[in-house]
Amino acid sequence: MDFGKLFELVVSSSLVNNYVFTMFLGLCIFFGVTKKMETAIGMSITFTTVMMISAALSWIVYKFIMVPLNIEFLLIIVFIGIVAGLVQGSDTVMRKVTPDLYNKLGIYLALISTNCIILAVPLQSVGNKYNFIETIAFAFGSGLGFSLAMIIMASIREKLELADVPVPFRGLPMAFVITGLIALAFTGFSGLITL
Amino acid sequence: MSAATEEQVSYWELIRNGILKENTIFRLALSLCPAIAVTNNLKNGFFMGVAVVVVQVMVNLTISAMRNFIHPRIRLPIFMLVISGWVTIVNLVMDAAVPDVYKDVGLYIQLIVAFASILARAEMFASKNTVVPSVFDGIGMGTGFFIALMIISFFREVVGKGQVWGIPIIDAKPLLILILPAGGFFAVGILMAAFNWMYAKYFSSGGQSH
Repeated sequence: MDFGKLFELVVSSSLVNNYVFTMFLGLCIFFGVTKKMETAIGMSITFTTVMMISAALSWIVYKFIMVPLNIEFLLIIVFIGIVAGLVQGSDTVMRKVTPDLYNKLGIYLALISTNCIILAVPLQSVGNKYNFIETIAFAFGSGLGFSLAMIIMASIREKLELADVPVPFRGLPMAFVITGLIALAFTGFSGLITL
Repeated sequence: MSAATEEQVSYWELIRNGILKENTIFRLALSLCPAIAVTNNLKNGFFMGVAVVVVQVMVNLTISAMRNFIHPRIRLPIFMLVISGWVTIVNLVMDAAVPDVYKDVGLYIQLIVAFASILARAEMFASKNTVVPSVFDGIGMGTGFFIALMIISFFREVVGKGQVWGIPIIDAKPLLILILPAGGFFAVGILMAAFNWMYAKYFSSGGQSH
């Protein structure tokens, strides 16, 4: 296995092609949970884990069930089914097996199924014809990038509570402008790696 | 919700509700991902908006027509199935009909599946109302989204490139930043603030809800 390629993939999906700042996915969750640092961290952990599992699962289903049956056009339906089923399943399992962890992270689990990144990662890894290991590296990198984005944003928004923002800009509009500034900083990564 | 008495709620009211009061993007701040991603020019924004209107209307139509046959406990999986079915159809049609636009917005069209707003309307409105009001509700919500997309992409293309639909109209050096990814956030932030200000000033007597 070529580790250089995998490393490139992780760096590119977390920094250069960060889902939040360059592709604008997962914004609903991004703005929803970044009001407090604690929720942002909880979401990061849950999200990265679920994303890696769902990407791996989707890859297997695509490769070994959908391609042989020639039903690639059902991609969207099948993948959303996998994500929803996985989220529901891990919710049930976690509640029984590790109630402590469930109390901490369960609420984020429910939110994940409404996140478009979780669907975009398998779609893109199929679109780019990644192999199994690459898919997992890609999912990990994307999760890392999303976590990074959420943690940066949460630390800024905690400070923002104290700032005097013009009335029409209060709340979301200001959050958008700040995200724009961070995104501008992230464009600095754009020459880092060319895949 | 406005679903209570469907006779009294005129169809015009349903459409107006979707465009102004519960505008998906500017008021509810849902489904923001494509609002920024595809709006760096008017053409992409237009086709994305059309796709969303079609999906929203057809989903509302299908679900309100089937609402008496869906067992409440399994309604969400069924809604998802209906939505992803229509998204697949729209996706395939767009791929065939406008391939150059599809190259840019294809991924986001597929992700209409994960739109909170479409599922929310199916759950809150279409599953409780008859077919005709549901269709109008779909038109209203879809059009609200469409108009928001058009405003954002118009703003970004004019200021960022000095063009409208690819045709140059301003003969000055454009503010390139607005067509960059970062500019999308600025544009939405500024327009959202403007919408809030306008709404507070002209359409409601009370304060802001969020």
